[in-house]
Amino acid sequence: MSKIGLIIKREYLHRVSKKSFIILTLLMPLMMVALVFVPLWLSSIKGSDVRQIAIIDTTGKYAPLFEDVDNYHFIQSDKSLEEYRNSPDKELYAILQITDDLLTNPRAATLYSEKQVPNELSRIVNQTIRAQIEDDKLATFNIPNLKEIIKDSKVSFNVQTIKWGEDGKEQISSAAVASVVGIIFTMIVYMFVLMYGAMVMSSVVEEKTNRIVELMVSSVRPFDLMMGKIIGIGFVGLTQILMWGILSVALFTIGGFFYAGSLGTDMATLQQGMQAAQGMGAAVEMQPGAELFAMLSTINFREIALFFIIFFIGGYMMYASIFAAIGSSVDNADDTSQFMAPITILLVFALYAGIYSMENPDGPLAFWCSMIPFTSPIVMMVRIPFGIPLWEKLLSVVLLYGSFIGAIWLSAKIYRVGILMYGKKPSFKEMIKWLRFK
Amino acid sequence: MYFLEAKDVVKQFANHRALNHVSIRVPEGKIFGLLGPNGAGKTTLIRIINRITAPDSGVVYFNGRESRAEDIYQIGYLPEERGLYKKMKVGEQAIYLAQLKGLSYMVARERLMRWFDKFDIMPWWNKKLEELSKGMQQKVQFIITVIHEPSLLIFDEPFSGFDPINAEILKKEILELKQAGHTIIFSTHNMASVEEICDEIALINRSEVVLSGNVSEVRERYKTNNYTLHLRNSLTDMPAYCHILSEKERDGVYEIRLHKEEEFSNSALISDLAKQNEILSFVEEIPSMNDIFIKVVSDSNSQQS
Repeated sequence: MSKIGLIIKREYLHRVSKKSFIILTLLMPLMMVALVFVPLWLSSIKGSDVRQIAIIDTTGKYAPLFEDVDNYHFIQSDKSLEEYRNSPDKELYAILQITDDLLTNPRAATLYSEKQVPNELSRIVNQTIRAQIEDDKLATFNIPNLKEIIKDSKVSFNVQTIKWGEDGKEQISSAAVASVVGIIFTMIVYMFVLMYGAMVMSSVVEEKTNRIVELMVSSVRPFDLMMGKIIGIGFVGLTQILMWGILSVALFTIGGFFYAGSLGTDMATLQQGMQAAQGMGAAVEMQPGAELFAMLSTINFREIALFFIIFFIGGYMMYASIFAAIGSSVDNADDTSQFMAPITILLVFALYAGIYSMENPDGPLAFWCSMIPFTSPIVMMVRIPFGIPLWEKLLSVVLLYGSFIGAIWLSAKIYRVGILMYGKKPSFKEMIKWLRFK
Repeated sequence: MYFLEAKDVVKQFANHRALNHVSIRVPEGKIFGLLGPNGAGKTTLIRIINRITAPDSGVVYFNGRESRAEDIYQIGYLPEERGLYKKMKVGEQAIYLAQLKGLSYMVARERLMRWFDKFDIMPWWNKKLEELSKGMQQKVQFIITVIHEPSLLIFDEPFSGFDPINAEILKKEILELKQAGHTIIFSTHNMASVEEICDEIALINRSEVVLSGNVSEVRERYKTNNYTLHLRNSLTDMPAYCHILSEKERDGVYEIRLHKEEEFSNSALISDLAKQNEILSFVEEIPSMNDIFIKVVSDSNSQQS
């Protein structure tokens, strides 16, 4: 096996067999899925006890409007508030007292309870009463059929965005969906570049402080050592992404199945709706779920995945080689911060540029930041789900790959000198001098 | 024949010249001592021999021809600053490093087993390096240096960090390696060990070779023509080519240090003295490498400054 192969193998196996890696890889998708499904599941659990609410309605107008819901049972009571206060009824959860016509005296309704009244209950009460007050109010205008007129005039409107495909076919598209997809991939690129880049750096620092590096460079070229490390750790990153992807999809499918099952939603209708949407374009009225599916289906996931891998590799190689150069020129992890700061600022800037590019994915900020190799892997992932011309993607890839090769070449020169330099912390000026060393 | 030869090597760093026209010649099958104070340029020279860095000018000849990239498989290097992967298991790590030196997995494993047995560290094969004592880590490091049976071995301060017992074992191993035909470059400050095991030396001071040659010949060169004698009686009738440096008496034995002039032989001195005196012992004071080291280095420093 070639030496660089041996180094890649060691870096890879050593890291993926670590307990922390295995735990993080398995736990993260579980946590993600839990984050989505646990609140859903919790909210679907209904309180087991039914709470009794007594209504003292002196007007007699409102009490009959209250209908029992899952965990609230409303009782019309003819006792007075005083009676309840003097002889508390343990069964009662709250008392609603209405003393006057609420249209003329809106403060005449009060909810009494020994406990903090839950939002849910006050919402039910408010909604019920508000509906009646509105009706009453409308009635005061003395216009026949006013209620129907108003109901009729209420329309909900959402402009439908249609993207013309390259073959002229109309597709429903949604900027929101594209943004969400874009930002997810952007965050992943950002997170992994920073996380695994820093891992390369700390590993270089570790080898240097361990002093094993002198032994290593007596058997392998420093370039092989650096590249082996970068590639090996890159594979660890790809493994983690792949595992997270597979596990998340699997867990979401399982979770979604159970959740959908428990709600009694018919998955078949959803699918039918989706097919209909694809077949007839936007004309048909669809269930919201199906519409989402239709929109998701306009996003070319195969293309996104392909470019994600390409940009991830390019961005990672770019930053990892810089991180390796930084790691090689300091003596211990504490000294890295001085050099880390500009790199981190660059990455954070890229992330912000990516987020702002969502607003206008074809604007100048988005365009230029997706061409500059320091920001392109992050910003490009925002733009791709919106669909951009092929030449832009290719140009960006060429620029990125060209610059990462340049970055590796420069970093290798700094690395080669840096790993054998101990003692003082070098300045940027000195690091540039190292480039000229033979 | 010289196994390794560095000719006129120059290495310039940003603001100082680490090696200034340095030449050394290491004979095959011998132990070559590379001496010099800290910062003299020894490590830089060793790195150039190891092809870790390239010289600005000058050539290194390896086994009679110019040194090539694949020669590093023929070199075993024990750096002064030692270190291994702390979190990696000892055996796994040793195999990995041996593979980087060009051994196959199977050969590396088999040879390592033998060495681990020899050094009694087999039970630590599956332990992480950080669990080992420092002395044991040094043994592992030594094994890794020699595992690929290189024809040239470079030991930079090999005895530092070893207790006397392990240092003795190591010395024995080094001499055994010499017996087996390996050429060894040995860099150290420990002059006693130089006298004991080195055949040839080169002394580097301030980036230049200030002294080189065979150890006994070098010591001969720096002899002072001083002698220490033990006589039964006080010295009488001293030859004219001598003068006494000191004299003291203890229990009827007289210890006399004297200096003779260069051109008269030891035999002449003995026969002249023996006429009048009963000689109990006659010792020529040959300077130790330590004395020579200090003398040469301080002389060359005062010359330069």
